[in-house]
Amino acid sequence: IFEYNGSAVVAMVGKNCFAIASDRRLGVQLQTVATDFQRVFEIHPKLYIGLSGLASDAQTLYQRLVFKHKLYQLREERDMKPETFASLVSAMLYEKRFGPYFCQPIIAGLGQDDVPFICTMDCIGAKELAKDFVVSGTASESLYGACESMYKPNMEPDELFETISQALLSSVDRDCLSGWGGYVLVVTPTEVTERVLKGRMD
Amino acid sequence: MAGSMELPAKGGFSFDLCRRNAMLEKSGLKMPGFLKTGTTIVGLVFKDGVVLGADTRATEGPIVADKNCEKIHFMAPNIYCCGAGTAADTEAVTDMVSSQLQLHRYATSRESRVVTALTLLKTHLFNYQGHVSAALVLGGVDVTGPHLHTVYPHGSTDTLPFATMGSGSLAAMSVFESKYKEGLTREEGIQLVADAISAGIFNDLGSGSNVDVCVITQGGTEYLRNHKEPNPRTYVSSKGFSFTPGHTEVLSTRITQIGPVVAEAGPVVAEGDVIMEEGL
Repeated sequence: IFEYNGSAVVAMVGKNCFAIASDRRLGVQLQTVATDFQRVFEIHPKLYIGLSGLASDAQTLYQRLVFKHKLYQLREERDMKPETFASLVSAMLYEKRFGPYFCQPIIAGLGQDDVPFICTMDCIGAKELAKDFVVSGTASESLYGACESMYKPNMEPDELFETISQALLSSVDRDCLSGWGGYVLVVTPTEVTERVLKGRMD
Repeated sequence: MAGSMELPAKGGFSFDLCRRNAMLEKSGLKMPGFLKTGTTIVGLVFKDGVVLGADTRATEGPIVADKNCEKIHFMAPNIYCCGAGTAADTEAVTDMVSSQLQLHRYATSRESRVVTALTLLKTHLFNYQGHVSAALVLGGVDVTGPHLHTVYPHGSTDTLPFATMGSGSLAAMSVFESKYKEGLTREEGIQLVADAISAGIFNDLGSGSNVDVCVITQGGTEYLRNHKEPNPRTYVSSKGFSFTPGHTEVLSTRITQIGPVVAEAGPVVAEGDVIMEEGL
């Protein structure tokens, strides 16, 4: 069922920054319906969630999470920390253990003292923290391989952008269901850079 | 799904998507696989307490999803639990029982007992008739002494001096059966557990990476994360990949400055654009 819409999302940690990237294709099995589909959503300027899998569940889950985060902001008068947000997503997904949302989220954010935080989960909320990179989507197997070889610790934002873009573009080239460009977000403590990549449109 | 947003969740599982998922499955779409923990988990009782051990590989089908995950979960300061099976289930069930134990400690002002954790786990798992797929090795030391139990997904339990669970359990059990004896010292216990987990790591495909060990005694607990790392990366490229900046073709760029974030305890609220979200 993850292969209904096709997706590829990856996040990497750099030096005091992180990058999260996704492909842009929305398909219905083998037919492409859109080439500008948004998979990476902002929760607050220092916290992003990328949702791969079934597109309708991704959008529903994003809307519910924004709802919960806004309530949190009203009650606590501050933004949620990435670790807390990851636990929230995990609990929401596990609540649907026997009838799950068909999504694999990737959460990336700058936590306390701007320390980058990334994690991914399976569709029922099993959290998997990582210090280097996390991947999800139909292209995940190629992404694992590409990231394992291309990743280096402590990369500066520009180098991190290049690395994550190359890893994403080379992996989606090996996956029929994802691709049609890329969307990369690089977040440092002071600014957020969004770039749209030119990729193979096939 | 009328009304599902407004009502606050009462806890427990929610089944509202089941009908939709059954419909999708009938129209031919394959159900997803969950993150499993393949695994070798072991425990043994030694002279002064209990030693628990686990490998650190998490698998998603044949792919290794996490090379260094933590399978020894905290239940109480004197009780730890290793989990095998579906990763989300082991984490959720151990977190839930850990919270229940803490509430119980507050209510009774006493140190938690291992049998309390055991009963809470087995009743939860039996209630879900094995659908919550968590196979656990629970160990701890309380006022009545050291205890080691195994809990199966359907809710049955065993009390043993040494135990193994998971796909690598046969490999680990062979090590225990040949080398275990009563009254082991702490060093012997740790060595035996590390050997058993290593047997699982090298012989079972579902287990791998490093060895985690946890020693629980009357005096306290010691969690030796990555006690042994018998599988270092050997294929590191000395130069690494280096992409020159400007290498990737970019269609458009947008840079947004992050304004001052709303401070936790500050009385001054920062500019509106940070808090206001783009509405849907």
